[in-house]
Amino acid sequence: MSRIAATFERLRGERRAALVPFVTAGDPSPAHTLGIIRSLVANGADVIELGVPFSDPMADGPTIQRASERALRAGTGLALILDTVREYRREDDRTPIVLMGYANPVEHMGVAAFAARAKEAGVDGVLIVDYPPEESAAWVQALAGAGIDPIFLLSPTSSEARIDLVSRMAKGYIYYVSLKGVTGAANIDTADVERMLARIRSSTSVPVGVGFGIREPETARAIARFADAVVIGSRIVEEIERAEPERAAAQAGSTLAAFRAGVDAAARDKAAA
Amino acid sequence: MQMREPVADSRQPAAYDLPDATGHFGPYGGTFVAETLQAALAELRDAYDACRKDPAFQAELAYELEHYVGRPSPVYHARRLSDELGGAQIYLKREDLNHTGAHKVNNTMGQALVARRMGKPRVIAETGAGQHGVATATVAARYGMECVVYMGTEDVARQAQNVYRMKLLGATVVPVASGSRTLKDALNEAMRDWVTNVADTFYIIGTVAGPHPYPMMVRDFNSVVGKECVVQMPALAGRQPDYVLACVGGGSNAMGIFHPYIPHEGVKLIGVEAGGLGIATGKHAATLSAGSPGVLHGNRTYLMQDADGQILETHSISAGLDYPGVGPEHAWLKDSGRACYVSITDDEALAAFHTLCRTEGIIPALESSHAVAHAMKMAPTLPKDRILLVNLSGRGDKDMHTVAKASGITF
Repeated sequence: MSRIAATFERLRGERRAALVPFVTAGDPSPAHTLGIIRSLVANGADVIELGVPFSDPMADGPTIQRASERALRAGTGLALILDTVREYRREDDRTPIVLMGYANPVEHMGVAAFAARAKEAGVDGVLIVDYPPEESAAWVQALAGAGIDPIFLLSPTSSEARIDLVSRMAKGYIYYVSLKGVTGAANIDTADVERMLARIRSSTSVPVGVGFGIREPETARAIARFADAVVIGSRIVEEIERAEPERAAAQAGSTLAAFRAGVDAAARDKAAA
Repeated sequence: MQMREPVADSRQPAAYDLPDATGHFGPYGGTFVAETLQAALAELRDAYDACRKDPAFQAELAYELEHYVGRPSPVYHARRLSDELGGAQIYLKREDLNHTGAHKVNNTMGQALVARRMGKPRVIAETGAGQHGVATATVAARYGMECVVYMGTEDVARQAQNVYRMKLLGATVVPVASGSRTLKDALNEAMRDWVTNVADTFYIIGTVAGPHPYPMMVRDFNSVVGKECVVQMPALAGRQPDYVLACVGGGSNAMGIFHPYIPHEGVKLIGVEAGGLGIATGKHAATLSAGSPGVLHGNRTYLMQDADGQILETHSISAGLDYPGVGPEHAWLKDSGRACYVSITDDEALAAFHTLCRTEGIIPALESSHAVAHAMKMAPTLPKDRILLVNLSGRGDKDMHTVAKASGITF
């Protein structure tokens, strides 16, 4: 069983949603990434989403764009990120690591070469924001050959047909983008999200995570009552941006801990209901 | 001007019907955008498809192009320039004479009409040189639409007059300070606006790039340029040209004049990219000449990128060519051999700019000066009965400061 499937199975037993922090690899510099991952896992992360910085992050808001610019200035690249994952795997063989980024760096390496190298490094899933299902045949095949899960997005504007298409192609989990806009935007309407998740679940048994716009532990608690995973991105990246570089890992960890408390509270809410 | 049917061409036009139904030109093009934009693109595809087939839409567009834009634009035989060069005859398609001073308005007029049909009261645009921003602000004023234009801070500084023009026309200009602070970053920011405000907003992309249907739609609206030439050249010169030349940044004026000529197999198509300080220096924007395929801004195409797949900053003296990608149809025309692409340096473009001013009394845009410069290189090597048709895509009034500065003159 893959690390992602094993994680969701374990959490189903605990009746708790997965807590999934997103950080940009190499922010503030490549030397800090391992420490940040360790701190996130120590403070309750179940899955790590590691952003691969890109010069033109069209789907991201200003917070993650600035993180990408810091990481690129510090010399971060795809090969270096895979090295970091490989190094982290030596100490943690359990926590799934999902890379999230844009198509061009992966295409430049070559999708087959990337899939092989990512597998060897210990990557479990990959989400390429600008690879929609229609353009992903070769991509999904390359990942399948390496045993890596292709993660896809769904959004409030996804049509019935697209929900079905993503349901057929997605493995690992589906990432539901909970608002119209870019990462880091305003808070979300949890009732709308709950309705849409019910619709997605009618088409697939793949776990469904929710991200974009979860800025407070209370929102995470509300979402975690019905979602399989809660993704916290810009909120953590903001802490890393504000902190002195040597304090970034501790600051990211303590911020995540508050969200973990929210997710744990949701598990108790469910048990009490 | 009375338009006549083109005279019969002995060379049979070959079929060309790209893109395919999913927006691909061979391996290029496509819809490489996040899920959050897919519904908006599907809505646009349906709306544009309906407009394409609707005679009332086409009639309204034709009326606006004639009475508001001033079409058809003439083709002009640049006799003094041709005589001075002593070789092939140079003809100029005078897109510089359009309302707003460039070909860009052909597209913004078309997209504004699509936006109206879709009931979108707000339009947004990205701009580099400011020409597309001005053309968008113009049609927004014409139809009473709210207009927001994104522009890199670098371009805001070097195109201050166009920024003022847009404001006069009622548009809000938003300076973009992220990334390289130029056209590509303005495009990123406009996409973010669109994804956030998609219910009431229409995104008027200014070039033949972006996700499907933009490369096709922008080409279609600009192809009025080539369609007119196909009629005008036999009337004026007795036949179709041997070569059609156009500058290529994103490539909208080039696609506009190339597309109707693609089936005319005897007509060679030459795209002229910005060679900047020279290809060898790395400071240029010659994407097809020196780049490699990748994915950016919603389509697969040639890109300027580093060894890690990050997009490189480009350089050109003309802001309108300063873009690290290129329309996917150009990528396909290059690979298929139907068109070829060359580059012209900043200095060569400047020299051509001055030559055209002096010999013909026409002040060309620095973008268009690249195409003129390549025609000036070719003409002396060809017999006098050969014909070069150059798309003079815009006028150079906006470039006075840049040209004066390059000549060491301050006002």
